[in-house]
Amino acid sequence: MSLEPQSLASRTAAAVDAEPWMAIAFLAASVVGVAAFVTVLGLVLIYAERKIAAHFQCRVGPYRVGPHGTLQAVADAIKLLLKEDVVPAGADRLLHILAPVLSFAGMVLCIVALPLGPHAQVVDLDIGVLYVAAVAGLGVIGILLGGWSSHNKWSLLGAMRAGAQIISYELSAMLALLVAVLFSGTLQLSGIVLAQQEGWWIWRAHGAGVVAFALFVVAGTAEINRTPFDLAEGESELTAGFHTEYSGLRFAFFFLAEFLNLFVVAAMVTTLFLGGWMPLHIGQWAAWNAAMDLLPPGLWFAGKAAAVVFLLMWFRWTFPRLRVDQLMRLEWKVLLPIGFANLFFAAGLVVSGWYFFPTDAAPTAPLPAPAGWPSDGAAP
Amino acid sequence: MAADLLPLAGLALSPDALVAAVQLLCPAAQARPDCDRPAVKVTVGDWPELAGRLRAHADLLFDLLETHTAIDWPESGRIELVYLLTSLRRGHHLTVFVDIPRDDPVAPSVCAVWPVAQWQEREVYDLFGVRYADHPDLRRLFLDDDWQGFPLRKDYADAFMLDRPS
Amino acid sequence: MTAPAPTTLRARLDATPWASPLGTQEYFVNMGPQHPSTHGVLRLVLKLDGETVREVVPVLGYIHRGIEKICEHSNYRQLVHLTDRMDYLSALANNWAVTRVVEKAAGLETNGRIEAIRTLVTELQRIHSHQLWWGVFGMDLGAFTPFFYGFRDREILTDVFERTIGGRLTLNYIQPGGVMHDIHPEFVRDVKAFMAVFRPRLDEYEALLSENVIVQERLRGVGVLSAADAVALGATGPVLRASGVAHDLRKAEPYGLYGQVQFDVPIGSRGDCWDRYAVRMCEMRQSLRIVDQLIDHIPEGKHFLVKPAAKIKVQPGVWYSHLETARGVLGAMLVSTGGEAPYRVHLRTPNFNNLWTVTAMAPGGRVGDLVAILSSLDLVVPDIDR
Repeated sequence: MSLEPQSLASRTAAAVDAEPWMAIAFLAASVVGVAAFVTVLGLVLIYAERKIAAHFQCRVGPYRVGPHGTLQAVADAIKLLLKEDVVPAGADRLLHILAPVLSFAGMVLCIVALPLGPHAQVVDLDIGVLYVAAVAGLGVIGILLGGWSSHNKWSLLGAMRAGAQIISYELSAMLALLVAVLFSGTLQLSGIVLAQQEGWWIWRAHGAGVVAFALFVVAGTAEINRTPFDLAEGESELTAGFHTEYSGLRFAFFFLAEFLNLFVVAAMVTTLFLGGWMPLHIGQWAAWNAAMDLLPPGLWFAGKAAAVVFLLMWFRWTFPRLRVDQLMRLEWKVLLPIGFANLFFAAGLVVSGWYFFPTDAAPTAPLPAPAGWPSDGAAP
Repeated sequence: MAADLLPLAGLALSPDALVAAVQLLCPAAQARPDCDRPAVKVTVGDWPELAGRLRAHADLLFDLLETHTAIDWPESGRIELVYLLTSLRRGHHLTVFVDIPRDDPVAPSVCAVWPVAQWQEREVYDLFGVRYADHPDLRRLFLDDDWQGFPLRKDYADAFMLDRPS
Repeated sequence: MTAPAPTTLRARLDATPWASPLGTQEYFVNMGPQHPSTHGVLRLVLKLDGETVREVVPVLGYIHRGIEKICEHSNYRQLVHLTDRMDYLSALANNWAVTRVVEKAAGLETNGRIEAIRTLVTELQRIHSHQLWWGVFGMDLGAFTPFFYGFRDREILTDVFERTIGGRLTLNYIQPGGVMHDIHPEFVRDVKAFMAVFRPRLDEYEALLSENVIVQERLRGVGVLSAADAVALGATGPVLRASGVAHDLRKAEPYGLYGQVQFDVPIGSRGDCWDRYAVRMCEMRQSLRIVDQLIDHIPEGKHFLVKPAAKIKVQPGVWYSHLETARGVLGAMLVSTGGEAPYRVHLRTPNFNNLWTVTAMAPGGRVGDLVAILSSLDLVVPDIDR
């Protein structure tokens, strides 16, 4: 089986001249595929969260609609579709309508760039990490707009909390991301996966990987506003925070965006630190690696992402919420220094090549000069 | 824990001694034998000074105003204010009754002595219409600001009040 | 003495000074009467400076039913049935408070069995109440799971009450001259089964919430109430004891069979939210201890000494009686002019008096602290408004 990644976008581009119909088919597959994936994923995650929460809390959870309540999320979606969409008097109507769309769009744009398998990636950008980090920021604009435009002080408080929180924790998330980028020597998400062909960064990078993984999980939890960092919604404090005034379909968009967010964070953790779709290879142990390859990459990815999602759900149903000043203190006084120290440590490791199974592909060798630059390396 | 709040167990005064002690502080205080616990009746003029001394006096130490309420007596044209005092440190109780006229119910506020009185007095204002002099924030507590009348007065009536079936 | 002019809420809010140290604009927010963590229809008008609470103005009356007025139109038997709608989590203690004052006023006797049953069910309901508080406390801090743990274990006790008393929440059981029904034949067995289940669960509670570092961070040093302030603001019950004042009417003026059982009164040292939390956790263990000592020694005898149909008459006078509910001192004052109905009834409720401590504790903290403080007071709103 070829593990050479190929994104749908690159296939489309390749087919445009020779087989235009194939190009259209690939394009349609991308659009329909993403739409279907987002919908199904949303339903699965909502069902999973409810069941997991229920079992943590000694309950059964949804059980009536469909076998074991599997269709409960569908029923809820239909209910939300049929509900009245209220825009409060005094609200900024345009922004109020725009906010959930922005939140949702940000998440879909993230998912487009994620390598779910060697051939299951819509666009393989060579600045994939940067792109996902940037586009994920659209979500916070949606939250800020939603809170601002709702004409409700609780919403505004929630939005301001979310703004401060997400902007702060993005720093730590980036510092953690950079560790994986350093080790892989590329910003391309598929390249990062390929660079973990001989071991995942979480264990291969001498501690720096574990620390970065932990940092990213914490910062990621904060970025997606989940307990213990769910201050933006903080039900017991702000009624429902930024989405207090949302109902019906628009609430559904916020709700769905929240769960897709969860997936995006889990997928990023998987890609950067757990090898993405890469099976559990260990160095050059050919027999072991071949055995691991028996499971298809898509299953590896799904399994790892599901494990991270479960971890985040476990957090949510165990921990109470931090207070707003404690939240900031944790980021600026604890996570950020750790993140910087870890980044420098990782850089040292990369420069000296002191990690398990360094390969030739690792960027200990000088990077090739960009095309068009003179061969002596001087800038034109 | 502050040393001055340690309970002084076993130093409670007996009911008779308690009433006698209050009468030493305020000679005009009359014992109220119809109460199950030690009780005195004082005049509205004596009350503010007595309140402060009840709280401060080393043998009495009434630090907790357990509750404050009123009783309406329309036949005799008076409202009787009731203060239930407890000494957590001494472990004894005292009930103080103060009569005020029903047609112009003005009483001194004791919230400088027991801060919780601020809200207990607001309740009595709300339900009996007693106005407290020097109260920092005298307004209705349970009912709306524009409510007419004082419901716990015996002659209170409004349009949607039900009569007791006989 | 000059007659002061009563003001209005509007005037009160307009009169508050606006002085933010950073020159930012302060603003009012209505927390409640519909808000998830006011647990009922309590309304707090908050003056906020960003996230910082500057002032809390409680506004009451959203569930004021005029119970004291209704009491004036009821006979002495009917009084009891109004009390379980005040603090519905301590309904039996409320029953008992009114029952005691009526028994005292009318000179009714009880026997050992009646007192033992009363003590037992009231103590069980203290656990019942603290279980709910613990779950809700977790939820107010943002952890949902404790809520379900608390309710799961509370359900066992609710079933115990249902078998003997018939109700599940607003219990009417203790009445002048006895209790309404004898205990269910399986009562003793059920209670023992509950205790066997609940003791290890209490350790589970501690592991889930008490030992969590976020809980500790959220509670320690938050909402500090000094002993002097607690007494001055009329606080009683766990709120007062957490501030370091060892006042518990079960010890100070033993009623029922409390004089014959061994138990400790847990007190705090700093009076912060953590102390209030810890005091209640310890109280659950002490209550289990009390139940343990009584459950095998319920004396034989009749469960009522005054026939339910007998009219109760009271001589003219004033009576007052108080006891310790799960939230503090509940007092009942009875004024009689003779006859079958009271002239005036006043109920001194613990929540009404505990509430005001929040105005002293919350300013300076964050909105999240205010929620923790409110939850640590364990308020039941119908008991505030009556």
